[in-house]
This record gives sequence, C-alpha cells and structure tokens, in this order.
Amino acid sequence: MFRNTYDSDNTVFSPQGRLHQVEYALEAVKQGSAAVGLRSKTHSILLALKRSTGELASYQQKMFRIDDHIGIAIAGLTSDARVLSNFMRQQAMSSKMVFNRPVPVNRLVSTVADKAQVNTQEYGRRPYGVGFLVIGQDQSGPHLYEFSPSGNSYEYYAMSIGARSQSAKTYLEKHYESFADCNLEDLIRHGLHALRETLQQDKELNINNTSIGIVGPASEHENGVPPTGPFRILEGEKIDAFLGTMIAKETEAPAAAPAATGDEDVQMAE
Amino acid sequence: MTSIGTGYDLSASTYSPDGRIFQVEYANKAVENSGTAIGIKCKDGVVLAVEKLIHSKLLVPGANRRIQTVDRHIGLATAGLLADGRHISNRAREEASNHRDFYHAPPTLKALADRLGLYVQAYTLYSSVRPFGISTILAGVDKSGPSLYVVEPSGVFYGYNGAAVGKGRQLAKTELEKLKLAELSTREAVFEAARIIYLVHDDAKEKDFELEMSWIGDETKGLHVPVPKDLLDEADAKAKAALETFE
Amino acid sequence: MDHFPTSWGRPRNDAIDAYGTYPIAQRPYNGPKDAFSEGVQHTQQPIVTGTSVLAIKFKDGVMMAADNLASYGSLARFKDVQRLYPVGTHTVIGAGGDMSDFQYIQSMLDELMIDEFCAQDGHTLGPAEIHEYLAQVMYARRSKMNPLWNALLVGGVKDGKSFLAFVDLLGTTYTASTLATGYGAHIAQPLLRSAVETHEHELTEAQARQIIDDSMKVLFYRDARSINKYQVATITAAGSSISDSITLETTWDFAEGIRGYGAQTE
Repeated sequence: MFRNTYDSDNTVFSPQGRLHQVEYALEAVKQGSAAVGLRSKTHSILLALKRSTGELASYQQKMFRIDDHIGIAIAGLTSDARVLSNFMRQQAMSSKMVFNRPVPVNRLVSTVADKAQVNTQEYGRRPYGVGFLVIGQDQSGPHLYEFSPSGNSYEYYAMSIGARSQSAKTYLEKHYESFADCNLEDLIRHGLHALRETLQQDKELNINNTSIGIVGPASEHENGVPPTGPFRILEGEKIDAFLGTMIAKETEAPAAAPAATGDEDVQMAE
Repeated sequence: MTSIGTGYDLSASTYSPDGRIFQVEYANKAVENSGTAIGIKCKDGVVLAVEKLIHSKLLVPGANRRIQTVDRHIGLATAGLLADGRHISNRAREEASNHRDFYHAPPTLKALADRLGLYVQAYTLYSSVRPFGISTILAGVDKSGPSLYVVEPSGVFYGYNGAAVGKGRQLAKTELEKLKLAELSTREAVFEAARIIYLVHDDAKEKDFELEMSWIGDETKGLHVPVPKDLLDEADAKAKAALETFE
Repeated sequence: MDHFPTSWGRPRNDAIDAYGTYPIAQRPYNGPKDAFSEGVQHTQQPIVTGTSVLAIKFKDGVMMAADNLASYGSLARFKDVQRLYPVGTHTVIGAGGDMSDFQYIQSMLDELMIDEFCAQDGHTLGPAEIHEYLAQVMYARRSKMNPLWNALLVGGVKDGKSFLAFVDLLGTTYTASTLATGYGAHIAQPLLRSAVETHEHELTEAQARQIIDDSMKVLFYRDARSINKYQVATITAAGSSISDSITLETTWDFAEGIRGYGAQTE
C-alpha cells in the first residue's frame, strides 16, 4: 500500500535520514497553481495564476493580505493557507498592539515556519500542505520570502512556487540581476512573463485568471494608493493595463520544460 | 544495512535485539548530509563557521542565517535539518531566559548544554515524536572563559576545544587537530575557520556555498555577533587563496 | 470527608457561625467552593519608594534626572539607589514609586532586549516601542487589580526623532516636552515648562542641564522624600549616558530668618 516502509508517518526517519511525509507535503505545494514573486529596490510584487473549476465557478483566491505592509501568495491546500494566514494576521496584530510596530517581515515568516516545523516532528499531525511567497516592507526595505511545509523559510530576489514553477524559475534565474533597478511596471512585466511560463500550452494570462500583489509606491496604472505603498491585490480590469505591457513570446520558443513528474528530485531541503 | 526491513527501525521507542535505536542513527544520517559547521575555542574567545550550501542563485546572500544567537554571550550553529535548528535555538533561548529569571545571572554554557541535552534526549524516548535531525554546536564565553559544546541527536553532549559536524567533519577535525588552539587569538581563529570551511567543501560534488561566521571574544565585548563584513571578506579571500596553494 | 468528630454536626464556616457561637476553632471548610473563595490580596500600597523623576527635551535629545533615595515610609532607607535605567542604546527609563516593582520591570525589559538582540536582523526597539510595551504591561496589571506601583518616564532618540512619554500604574500615558512624576509633577513641572516649552529645539545640552540642576535643587528643598544626591541621563543620537551621582550644594542659612511658625514668636 505504501511506496516504502518509512513514508507512512512523519515521526519516522528513513535510513538515509529523510522525512518522506514532509517530502510528500512539498508535492502538495506543487499541485497548486503557480505563484511568482519578485523584488526591486523599491517594490516587492507577487503574481499568481488562479484556477477555476468551470464556467459556473469563481476563481480560487490566491493572495491574502496579512497587514498593511505584508501580503502572501499561496500554492497548495487553500484551507491550510487560510489557517496559517489567520495565524500570521494575529502575529501582525500582536506586534502592533504590544510594541506599536508593524511586525518585521523576516520575523513573521520565521514564526510561521517555526509553527510548521512542529508538524514535521510530532505524531498525529501532518505537515501543512501549502507553500507561501511572502512580500512585505519594513525598516530594511522591501522583501520576498518563501515559506514551505518543511518549516524552512528563505529570502530570495525572486522565486516561484506551485505547478510548473520550474519554468518560471528558469526565467527568473535568467533575468533576476536586472530586477533590483527595475521600475514597478517593468518588474510586473517580468513577473507576468515568468508566470506565463507556467501555463499549459493553449492557455494564456487574462484579467480573470491573474492576480497581482504589490507593496511599494503606486504604479502609473494605479489610483488612490496611499504614499506609504501598502500591500494591495490587483485583479480584474485593474490588471488589464499591465497585461497589455507583455511582450508576446516568440512563436518558435521551445515549449516550457515539462513539469517535474518524477519523485527522484523531491527532497526536503536541509 | 542490517536495520532495514527488520521492523526494529520504525520508532525511536524500539530497541533492536542488539540494543540499538535505529531512529537515532537515521537522525544522524540527516546531519551527515548537511553542510559542515565548525567551532573553535581559542585563547580569548570562540568562533563559529558554517558552510551554507546555496540551493538557488536567487537566494539573497547573507540573509538566511544558519548560526543563531541564544543569549548575549552564546551562539549556536547546527548541521542537519534547518527547521529543526530553529526549533532547538528557540528552545535554547527559553532555557537561557529561564536561567536568568531563576538565578538572576546569565547561564553558563555548561548549564545550557545540559538543559538542551535533556531536551533532545526526550525526543529519543517516544514513538510519538522523531529525534532531532541535527547536531548543535554551542559556543560561548561565560564567567569561566570561552567554551564549546556539541549536542548530538541522541542527546549526549561533549565539551570540545575544536568541534566539527556535518558532511565534512572528518577532514575538518583533522585540520582542527593541527592547530595550536590555546595560542590562537579569536581574530586568527576566524581566518583558520574560514580556511577549514573552504578546504572541506567538495567542489566536485556540492552546490555552491556561502561562508557564514560569528564570534565571541574581547573584540566583541563578550557578545555573540556575526563576524563583521570586512573581516569576513578578508577571511574569505585568504581562505580561497590558501586553497589554491593547498592544491 | 471531615475526619474530626469534633466538627461533626456543627456549622462549619463563617457564613453560618459568624459570631463564633461554638467554643471551638473554625474547621477547614470542605464543601464546594466558588471562584472567589480563595481570595487573594494584591499590592495595595508601595513599600520602598522612590520620589520624583524629571525629564525634558532639548535640541539634541532628552535629559532625565532622579535622585538616589529609596524611602521606607518617611525613613530615608537606601541612599544609593539608581532610578534611571538604560534599555538598549536608544532609551532610558526613570521610575518613581515602588522600587521592587521597578527592579522587576528592569529584569522584564532586560529579557525583552535579549530577545531582540538574538534576532540580529537589524530591527531594534526604540523608545516609542518600549513605552508602548510598558503601557501594555502596566494596563494589563492594573486590570488584574495587581498593579506595578510605579510612575515611569521613557525617553530616547531613534532615527533622528526624540521621544519622551509617561506611563503609570494605571496604564495612563501621555507625552510632552517636559515631564515629571510624583512630587515633581507639582513642584518642578511648572519650572520646567516655563524654561523649556517653545525652546525645545534651541536648548543646548548645557542649558538643559542647568534647568535640570535648578529643578532638582528646588525639589530637594521642598520634597521631604528626596535627597541631595542624584543622577542625570542624557540621550542623544550618539546614544545614552548616565552620570555618576552628583551631590547638591545646599544652604540652610535662610532658616534663621524665617518667622511666623515654630519656636519663633516674632
């Protein structure tokens, strides 16, 4: 029934010192639709691909506001994400109440990662089945973090998670050195290009299936954003202008690398 | 491996017929797969250094630390599962804080290693938890001077003059044994630590890495802080140069 | 059950036998309890106390002063108590009221600052954050009817902004360019206001010091719970420093000439 003897339980190390249940949880993240995050000197942004189960259904929410200065994009189990984002909101409010200070982004991400770690070590729990990209700004500027069910969190210049995210990552790795000095419009265009890489062959980004999250000063396509540049989610008509800035893919471009299907490359990062 | 398939290796609460606890041994495997971490106790301080393996070039350099601070005068480096390392450092901070509350004095390193050893050991007793997949190097300068301890996944801890855990520990230990630790200043130890990390890093097999270091000594007024950028860069450059002459 | 036969068949507590009708000591009550049955008495007064703390803003930051006396009632019990305490590099707090409660607050803040130090992520707590934290602690304790019996001033400079605020045992907070606690709020505050208000951005450190010294002297003459030994904290962008104890030169010659009360008749 199980693939091997050591994978039924999160409290069991394999003889190689691996935790299979945690690695499977990382697989759950890959089941979710993709999300991309990028950072410049002035902005952090998120872009996500929303799925819909059919014509009659709405699109699944992919981004959540945590506080004025922090937002997340998710890939994986949405219900787990809702629980964790609720936890993050409480942490943010507690920092505001106790110290009258917006919670530093790195501390919030570490706290939620520490919470997830417990679920990799104790019997009767399962690791969370969701990964986050977290953007935020604090005294030390804009940031982008990845949180994963293994209880790890890392800060990145740019990152992608979810289905076919490897293709987006390839794009980001090729261009990330230019992101630091990008203006917001260029940064979003890069983000959209990266996100486009995760699409299936016959699909394209449109105002219904794309979400954009931003922290930092307003774009020329935005209205009514306070000067502090709080986290906001753009959807629907509001992203039309940004989609319009995209440069069409060369038709000859090789098809995106197939999404990883094997399990060999799945490994819990140390 | 004789353990596999016997059924004696599925729980930390099970002995094998020859008296081994395989789950703890497997936890050690998680440590062995990790980037090397070393600690040096010298004349007037201690130095920690880790080989932080870089799994993506998109990572922000210097941002994702593997060395943690436990108290003003105590630092901790782990090798193994990174998330477990954060768990243990949070626990260590609690223990240090409790010690301060109770005795109105900063904890000695020995006291802290003792408490952490007990905590880690508790995770080797029950099937309801797994052992920690990390070895922890504790470094500090307390009222009795500099000291260094390593807590292993089994919960045992030993004091050391030079400690190494993780993938390259054998080679690192050999290098540490060559040093005259008692005569080394903390500043000199920073350079030695950098050199050893570069030496044990296996270029052929491994991903890229970043050198991360911290120290405690007279120069830091007894505080555990990251090695300052200019000194780190200097040590980094020297280590690279030494490596070329070595080969 | 109650195994003492002497208490069998008798009313067992004050509610029934309020006047001690029975010639035996009250037995422990073994019946059901309500939530208030183990009434706890909390602090109802301070014991060893410090008097006023003064603080003003000046051009480069904040200056604060408090004397070195901790009184036991009207007895000048401890004459070497420091009532100014640095919290991190940007902030100093000063306390009047119960000194043991103040020591508890110090260890609480010490722990908080160690937690901050351990994060080592470049984020530090400044005077505004520490004041907010103290206000939350003070208010939470008063809401448990168990206050920390202090009046605290929090002063400091961070990111080019100077900060000065008050919080007391009730959790009351306010801020101003001159603050004083206790007796000083009555005697010294008017002096501080007239010397400082509207000049906050012009006063030099030396001028600020003069104002503080004058006010401390007036307080020593007027406040029977004060002593002529005090310390001054100066917090600027460069950091905080707390002086050694300063002894005031005072003169009581004028007492000779006072007429109208006491032994003198004319």
